[in-house]
Amino acid sequence: MKVALFIPCYINQLYPAAAIATLELLQKLAVEVTYPAKQTCCGQPMANSGFEHMTQSCNNLFIENFSGFDYIVAPSASCVLHIKDHLHSHADEAAATAIRGRIYELVEFLTDVLKIESLDAYFPHKVGIHQSCHGLRGLHLAQMSELVAPDFSKPQHLLNMVQGIEMISLDRKDECCGFGGLFCIAEESVSVKMGKDRITDHTKNGAEYITSPDLSCLMHMEGILQRNKSNVKIIHIAEILNSNMPAL
Amino acid sequence: MKSTADHATLAEQFNRDEERVDWHDGALWWIRQKRDRSANQTPQWEELREAASAIKSNVISNLHDYLVQFEDNLKKNGVKVYWAADAEEHNQIVYSILKAKEITQMVKSKSMLTEECGLNEYLHERGIDVINSDLGEYIQQIDNEPPSHIVLPCIHKRKEEIGELFHEHLGTEKGLSDPTLLTRVARKHLRNVFLTRRAALTGVNFAVAETGEYVVCTNEGNADMGAHLSEVQIASMGLEKLIPERKHLGVFLRLLARSAIGQPITIYSSHFKKPRPGQEMHLILVDKGRSSLMARPDFRDSLKCIKCGGCMNTCPVYRKSGGLSYHNTISGPIGAILAPNLDMQQHADLPFASTLCGSCSNVCPVKIPIHDQLYKWRQVIVKEGYVANRKTFSMKAMSLTFSSPEMYQTAGKTGRWILNHAPFAVNHKLNPWYRQRDMPGSPKQSFGEWYKKNINSKDKH
Repeated sequence: MKVALFIPCYINQLYPAAAIATLELLQKLAVEVTYPAKQTCCGQPMANSGFEHMTQSCNNLFIENFSGFDYIVAPSASCVLHIKDHLHSHADEAAATAIRGRIYELVEFLTDVLKIESLDAYFPHKVGIHQSCHGLRGLHLAQMSELVAPDFSKPQHLLNMVQGIEMISLDRKDECCGFGGLFCIAEESVSVKMGKDRITDHTKNGAEYITSPDLSCLMHMEGILQRNKSNVKIIHIAEILNSNMPAL
Repeated sequence: MKSTADHATLAEQFNRDEERVDWHDGALWWIRQKRDRSANQTPQWEELREAASAIKSNVISNLHDYLVQFEDNLKKNGVKVYWAADAEEHNQIVYSILKAKEITQMVKSKSMLTEECGLNEYLHERGIDVINSDLGEYIQQIDNEPPSHIVLPCIHKRKEEIGELFHEHLGTEKGLSDPTLLTRVARKHLRNVFLTRRAALTGVNFAVAETGEYVVCTNEGNADMGAHLSEVQIASMGLEKLIPERKHLGVFLRLLARSAIGQPITIYSSHFKKPRPGQEMHLILVDKGRSSLMARPDFRDSLKCIKCGGCMNTCPVYRKSGGLSYHNTISGPIGAILAPNLDMQQHADLPFASTLCGSCSNVCPVKIPIHDQLYKWRQVIVKEGYVANRKTFSMKAMSLTFSSPEMYQTAGKTGRWILNHAPFAVNHKLNPWYRQRDMPGSPKQSFGEWYKKNINSKDKH
């Protein structure tokens, strides 16, 4: 199985630890991983701002970087959803279609492709899950609270394999954090208020860490947490799943 | 020229009183939870949504035939039928009906369409006095403010504020804010209105093509009281309100009130079909942008809307910015996809007033893919030139950077260098991120750089 690692631009630049954890975790699970060095961005910041027509060269570069692999895996639900929904090519639509079908967010790759049932991970902390909207309502990583349907949660399923972890439950289990890409700038006051309210839900229910399959949501909440000198930390789910067992 | 402040500005003003935002958010979230409980108790909820969506697809695809059928049946039933292309024509028709009978006072039950048409103002200028009989609408009317929500028009007002308004306009005791007592005062006042008005106008929730009847859903019975006491009964409806057959009501009536406020059904679901002896019935079919929306395949589905307001209650942006921030009669997510069709310049900001979280599409009883349409409206608005030039410029720069691995790597390195060595360049009030959030930490090396050093050197791919 040949897997390409897609590390979205802001994770590459600002959160390399999450990217390293993703790589190490996949390697631990005996996956052959390659990181195409010339990758940049999925194009979502432009497209969500209404400039999808300016993303073609970005798309072409993505296709160039990620063609020919069995799977493409990324630690970011939002970027994966963007590729799945919007990657197209005038020159080679077949290549774009192949990529749209082969790209997976890390949690769904571990759950649906590798189908892992156990992990050697240890994380002795109280953790709350922030369901990113794109992971939840776009990639269906968990059941959505609005729908009448049986409950499930892929991130929860994976975190249940981690020793020592204590999951907290939230009052609003899948409310948006207000990041929303450029929304966080254009609608700064609503964005921050949404973030603050999400954080309060985690802190009042006792979380020490907020985790998510999407770092963009976490980056936004981290900014608010740090401004308010909170002790609560954010952590990408890959870092928890890759956390080491204590030395005996 | 755009005549109002945009959503972000109005939302920022709304957010200056955080305690109020919390209260507003909590009130609407409570309704969302009631909706969830109600949906979960209804057998085959998701199948009902699917059925409703399919029926409305059929209506939109065959609208012409259903409209003709409906008109024929209305006429057979003795109802006078009018067609209005826009707000102006609609208002003229209402005025001419009233003028012919020399009526100078009319009672209206909740109708978002006539709000959109500015009917009250139009008639007021011509010496006709209109009173909104729905309590929430009435409160908004005496405060001279548009509704902030299509189902809960004054949800943004606290009971103390309503008490103050009643004190000022209805002479209640100062400081009285008990909802039951205030409602009693309003009822007494409105009862007199009902008894003295010769004309009543209602909106339409569902119009049945098969029979020529229309159904109005209220909890207060105000539509009924107005209609039954009047000698001239007028109904205004958008073209999309049709359903093919009476049996389809079973689907929609089960969905409407549950989606709106978690109630199994509205207290009154009143069917109006024929005028009483001595009464006149008039029905106005209003286009006002519906046919131009039909001509936009990407957005046509928004005509399925049954105006339950569920998308507003679930939308975190709506809950934390208030309906009036949308500067449009129909606010919230559904307003944001309907408004650009009517006036793109005026409403260019609305599709951007969303995080695209998708909760709206999940609660929608007729399964309008609201968040997908928000995304698509953004593309249209940009292409038609309704965004600021500086945004286009920065997008071009971004697109250029991301198209070149070298430029991207250099930009990333530069950005991290600034965060580490010159934080003052970004840590200031002009940076909207920094105003209430710290900037992310900046690692010495990117993942790409780490990978090159640690992995590439070990195993060459």
